[in-house]
Amino acid sequence: MRRLINQYPSVLNRLLLAVLPFALVFLAYAVASEARLADNPADKLLPAWATIQAAIIRMGFVPDMRTGDFLLYVDTMASLERLAIGVAFATVIGGIIGILQGLIPYVRAMMVNFTSVVSMIPPLAILPILFITFGLGELSKVVLITFGILPYIVRDLAQRTEEIPHEQIIKAQTLGASTWQIILRVVLPQMLPRLIDSVRLSLGSAWLYLIAAEAIAAENGLGYRIFLMRRYLAMDVILPYVFWITFLAFTLDFILRFTQRSLFRWMYRGQA
Amino acid sequence: MSSVCVENVWKSYGRQTVLERISFTVEQKSFIALVGPSGCGKSTFLRMLLGDEAPSKGRILIDGEPLMAEPSPDRGVVFQKYSVFPHLTCLQNVMLGLELAAAPRLGILLGRRRREAKDISRAMLGNVGLGAAENKYPSELSGGMQQRLAIAQALVKKPKLLLLDEPFGALDPGIRAGVHETLLELWHETGMTVFMVTHDLSEAFKLGTRVIAFDRRHTRPEEMEAYGATITFDLPVYHPVPKPPEIIPVFAEELDEKAVRYKAAV
Ligand SMILES: Nc1ncnc2c1ncn2[C@@H]1O[C@H](COP(=O)(O)OP(=O)(O)OP(=O)(O)O)[C@@H](O)[C@H]1O
Ligand SMILES: [Mg+2]
Repeated sequence: MRRLINQYPSVLNRLLLAVLPFALVFLAYAVASEARLADNPADKLLPAWATIQAAIIRMGFVPDMRTGDFLLYVDTMASLERLAIGVAFATVIGGIIGILQGLIPYVRAMMVNFTSVVSMIPPLAILPILFITFGLGELSKVVLITFGILPYIVRDLAQRTEEIPHEQIIKAQTLGASTWQIILRVVLPQMLPRLIDSVRLSLGSAWLYLIAAEAIAAENGLGYRIFLMRRYLAMDVILPYVFWITFLAFTLDFILRFTQRSLFRWMYRGQA
Repeated sequence: MSSVCVENVWKSYGRQTVLERISFTVEQKSFIALVGPSGCGKSTFLRMLLGDEAPSKGRILIDGEPLMAEPSPDRGVVFQKYSVFPHLTCLQNVMLGLELAAAPRLGILLGRRRREAKDISRAMLGNVGLGAAENKYPSELSGGMQQRLAIAQALVKKPKLLLLDEPFGALDPGIRAGVHETLLELWHETGMTVFMVTHDLSEAFKLGTRVIAFDRRHTRPEEMEAYGATITFDLPVYHPVPKPPEIIPVFAEELDEKAVRYKAAV
């Protein structure tokens, strides 16, 4: 019998094992839901599949009676727009500051302590400040997302930039590169895929800040809907929304990973 | 092509003296092989020639001028690793030097000038035997190919001084001999001055026109901090026939010509 660490599942077993935890969760839900509903048919905590299905159709495929919109669609678009703008700002600003901080000693001297201190501010703690300063509209939500993930992106990218072998920077200079040319032709192209990684890793936090901001002040959005439905204990709506958010987050992550792989093939060549 | 004059150079890091009393002069078109035990300061010395580090004392003159205190295109370099850019193909790696010089803003050439730069770079890749690999990324190359690429990349700038820090350390003997040939040919062609650090004495004597060794004279533990390495030997190497394969065909042609003229005269 070989050691456990040396035993590998076959392809089929791997698939089964991967599905298993998901199946268990669904099963546990089904059992618990049935038990509670048998006890009290009006129970709202763990709705039956049929109830959830009806809620999905109501939210996603039937126009809202009051506004005539498809609520799920409206909420998704509103949330994705906020997320995209916030993340885009953080990416651009973080990319620029990170590279400069990692490469240029003067910028590093100025920024390194500042970014580490700022990164310790809990973004949710300044949410009230943002609401007071920027009002309750879109701007404060976008700023919260940007501010929430910016410090991580800056620090991560600065570190990645510093990790570029010194030999490469010297070599570029012996090829006659100016600082600007080094940024443009040596550092930036190598940092773009890192930046995408960095953004991928901050997407989780970005969602957190988005939902928090929407929960507190919004007229639409996925986070807004969930917190609105909480008042009515409408688990049949909340559960599919959570599921949908998870799915969106997963898809975004996949798209970023795929983009990175196909745009920056040099990183993955010759590794197979 | 550069002459190098090293005048009483010392280098210390904090209280640790690494190099002391290094003085020598190198004529143009020399091939200096630098040898010495690990940690004696060979790479440090090369970094000083490069302008990446400054001597603690003394100075270095290149063609009679104090050396520029930062790396510049008249001094090419090949390190043991990380010398090539992983995000560029072979051709792009070699072209980079030409593009940076010709396009100060974006460092990218377009149109006719790009084609010209490509042609020059292709020829250079051909010189080091990488003609077939021009579209490969460094991660797809073997260690020897990467080092040849690094040499091509440095040489396309036509440096007056080429600095090599154990460039062939990772190569197996067969490939190494091939790269030696290439390097010697290019050295003859360009007439640049070469400094090469190596751990391999036979390589040093095979390639160098002069072999310089660094070592510590004082090795008792209590002396290690205050004393650094210095030149312990400095030997000229006599290469009887520098380039037979190139001379012979020319010679033969001349002979033919003479024979023809002789026959015509008769
Ligand atoms: N940046 C630095 N700071 C402090 N000490 C350094 C630094 N760079 C080199 N040294 C010291 O200088 C000495 C010489 O280092 P160097 O890299 O020049 O050796 P080397 O002769 O190239 O050795 P090897 O053959 O192993 O490459 C070493 O003792 C090293 O500890
Ligand atoms: Mg060394």
